[in-house]
Amino acid sequence: MKLRNTLLAAIGLAFAAGAAQADINVGVVLSATGPAASLGIPEKNTISLLPTTIGGEKVNYIVLDDASDTTTAVKNARKLIDENKVDVLVGSTTSPASLAMIDVVAESRTPMISMAASARIVSPMDDQKRWVFKTPQNDLQMASAIVEHMLANGIKKVAFIGFANAYGEGWHEQFKNLADDKGIQIVANERFNPADTSVTGQALKLMSVKPDAVFIAGSGTPAALPQKSLRERGYKGPIYQTHGVANNDFLRICGKDCEGTLLPVGPVQMARSLPDSHPVKASALKYVEKYEAANGAGSVSSFGAYAWDAGVLLEAAAPVALKNAKPGTAEFRAALRDALEGVKEVAGATGIYTMSAEDHLGLDERSRVMIEIRNGSWSLLK
Amino acid sequence: MDMSIALILGQDGITNGAIYALLALALVLVFAVTRVIFIQQGEFVAYGALTLAMMQAGTVPATVWLLVAMGVLVTVFDAGAALRAGRHRRAAAVAGWNLIYPLALAAIMAMLPVASLPLLVQVFLTLAIVVPMGPQMYRLMYQPVASAPVLILLIVSVALHIAMVGLGLLFFGAEGQRTPAFSDASFELGTLMVSGQTVWVLVVSALLIGALYQFFERTLYGKALRATAINRVGAQLMGISPALAGKLTFFLAAFIGALSGVLIAPITTIYYDTGFLIALKGFVAAIIGGLASYPIAALGALLVGLLESFSSFWASAYKEVIVFTLIIPVLLWRSLNTGHVEEEE
Repeated sequence: MKLRNTLLAAIGLAFAAGAAQADINVGVVLSATGPAASLGIPEKNTISLLPTTIGGEKVNYIVLDDASDTTTAVKNARKLIDENKVDVLVGSTTSPASLAMIDVVAESRTPMISMAASARIVSPMDDQKRWVFKTPQNDLQMASAIVEHMLANGIKKVAFIGFANAYGEGWHEQFKNLADDKGIQIVANERFNPADTSVTGQALKLMSVKPDAVFIAGSGTPAALPQKSLRERGYKGPIYQTHGVANNDFLRICGKDCEGTLLPVGPVQMARSLPDSHPVKASALKYVEKYEAANGAGSVSSFGAYAWDAGVLLEAAAPVALKNAKPGTAEFRAALRDALEGVKEVAGATGIYTMSAEDHLGLDERSRVMIEIRNGSWSLLK
Repeated sequence: MDMSIALILGQDGITNGAIYALLALALVLVFAVTRVIFIQQGEFVAYGALTLAMMQAGTVPATVWLLVAMGVLVTVFDAGAALRAGRHRRAAAVAGWNLIYPLALAAIMAMLPVASLPLLVQVFLTLAIVVPMGPQMYRLMYQPVASAPVLILLIVSVALHIAMVGLGLLFFGAEGQRTPAFSDASFELGTLMVSGQTVWVLVVSALLIGALYQFFERTLYGKALRATAINRVGAQLMGISPALAGKLTFFLAAFIGALSGVLIAPITTIYYDTGFLIALKGFVAAIIGGLASYPIAALGALLVGLLESFSSFWASAYKEVIVFTLIIPVLLWRSLNTGHVEEEE
C-alpha cells in the first residue's frame, strides 16, 4: 500500500514537473455526458482540432467532463487551477456551470472563456467578470436580427408565443426591449410547454388579435407544434422562430407547415452558402472543413464552433501575453486577460470579435444571418 | 371570444378528453383489480406511438427486443416451474406465448417491408408488440409482491416508470416523432372544421368504452375481474386466480395505452417522455372518480380536457397549474364526503 502511494506520488510529481515547463496549459471543462451532451460532444471533438503551438510555445489541453453538473464543473475548474496550474480555462458548456465557475477563476485570477450562451456570464461587468469572456452570441444579437427583418418588411404588430420556461421568458424580455424601441407592437403574449400535446387555444388567441407576424420562441422539435397548429387553423402570415430550432429534426417534424419560416442562425450553419463577400465566410468555412474532415460530412454544429472560437481568441491573445510574461505565472495569466480584452477584429467561426473593457463578448451583427426554410431545407436570405 | 373559437376549443378539449378518459378508465381498472397505481400507463402511450413511428421509418422497432427479453425471463420462471411440476403441456404453452411469439414477431419485422404495409396493419403490429408487455410486466414485477401493501406496489410502479422512460430514450432517441393521419378527410359542421383524425379518436374511444362495458357486463372473464375488484379474497375462494386477473387487467391497460398512443401520434409530436404528462392528466380524472367509479372518471377526463383547452386560450402560462390544481378541491370534497376506509392489509 505504502509502495503504491509512493509510486502514485512519483507519477503525480512527474506530471506536475511536466506541466511546470513553459508550455501554455489550457484547462477545458465541458459537458461531454449528461443532458447537455449534444452540445458538449461537438465541443470536445473541436478541442482536438485546436492549435498545438501558439507563438512558438507548446499548448497542452487538459479536458475534464462535468457531466452537465454545476457542482462538478466548479470542482473541475478548481482542480485544473490548483493541480494543473492552467493559464486559462475554457468552459463550461452550460450557462449555470459557467456562472458558477466565475467565483473560482476570479479568486485565482485566471482568465476564462465560456462556451455558454447566457448574457449574464459577461454582463453587467464587475470585478469578478473582468476575468471572464465568452464566444457564443447573446440572444440579443439573434433577437435584433429578427427585429431588423420585421422592420424591413413593414411588420408592425407581432404576436409572441414562447416556452413556459426560462427560454421563452428570456426571449420575450429581449424581444420586447428591442421591439419597443423600434415601434413594433407586441399584441399577444402566450406560453406553451415543450411537452404539450395541443396548443390550439394559444393559436386561436394569437390569430384573434390579427397580427402581421407570429414569433415562436422555442427550441428543438417542440417549437414545431404552435407552427403546425397556426397553419392548421388557417394562419397565412409570416412566422419567425429562434435559432433554437436550427436542426434537421425540426424540419422532419414540421414538414410542409414550416415552409417560409424565418429565423436567425450563426454563420457556421450556413458557411457554404454565405456570399464570398461575407466577412465570416472564410473563417467559418475553415472550421467547418476541418471539423467535417475529422468527424464526417454534415456533422458540424454551431456548438463546436464556440469551442473553436475560444481557440481562435487564444491564438490571437497568447502571443501578445507571451511578450510580457512566461506561461505558468500569475503575470502571464494577467497579461493573457489583458490581451484577450484587447483583441480587435479577430475572425472566428461565429463572428468577428472585438473586445473591450465593457464588452467581453465582442460580437456584432456579423455574428448571425437570417435564413428561411424553403423546399424543406435552410436557405440564406439576402 | 366568439362562438366559433369556443367551438374549436370545445372540440380540442373533447378530443384530448377522450384520450384522458381511456387512460383514466385503465387506471381505475388496474387499481380496482390489483391495487397498483399504474404510473407507467403513459409509457405505454409513448411506446405505442413511437413503435408505430419507427415502423413507418422503416426500422425494426427496438421495443420488439424488449418483448423478446421479457419473454425469455417469463419463460425461465414459468416454464421452469411447470417442468419441475411435471406439467409439460403448460410449459410448452408458456414457451409458445413468451418465447416463440416474440421471436416470430421479430422475424416478421425483419423480413416484411413494414414501412410500406397499409397503416391498419402497422397499427395491428404495433399493438401486437406493445400490448403483451403489460401481462409480462405483471408476471415479472408485480406477481411476486402481489399481496404487498399499496405503498410497495406504488414504489414498484415508480421504478418501472423510470426504467421505461430510460429505455424509451435508448430505443427511440431524444427527438420527437409524428405519424401520418389515419385519414385526411375533414368535415365542416357549421363554422367548425373537424379533422378526420379527431373523428377517429372520438369514435375509437367511444367504441372501446362500449366494448369494455360489454366485456364487464356480459363475459365470464369480465365478471371475474369485477368480482376481484369488489372482494379479492372472496373472488379467490370462488376459484378466480388473482394472477390471471392481474395479467388480464394489465393486458387491457397496456392495450388502452398503446391504442391511445397510436391515436394521438398524428395529432401531436410524441417524445419518449411525453406519456407521463398525458397519463398524469388521466390520473387527475381517475382521482375525480375516486379511483373507483368509471363513469365519473370518464366525465372527469372530459372536464380536464375542456379545462385544459379553455385555460390555454385565456391564461396559457398557467394552464398546467390550473389543470393540476383541480385535484385539490376534488380531494377536499371527497375527504369531507366519504367516510374514511381503512386499507385492508
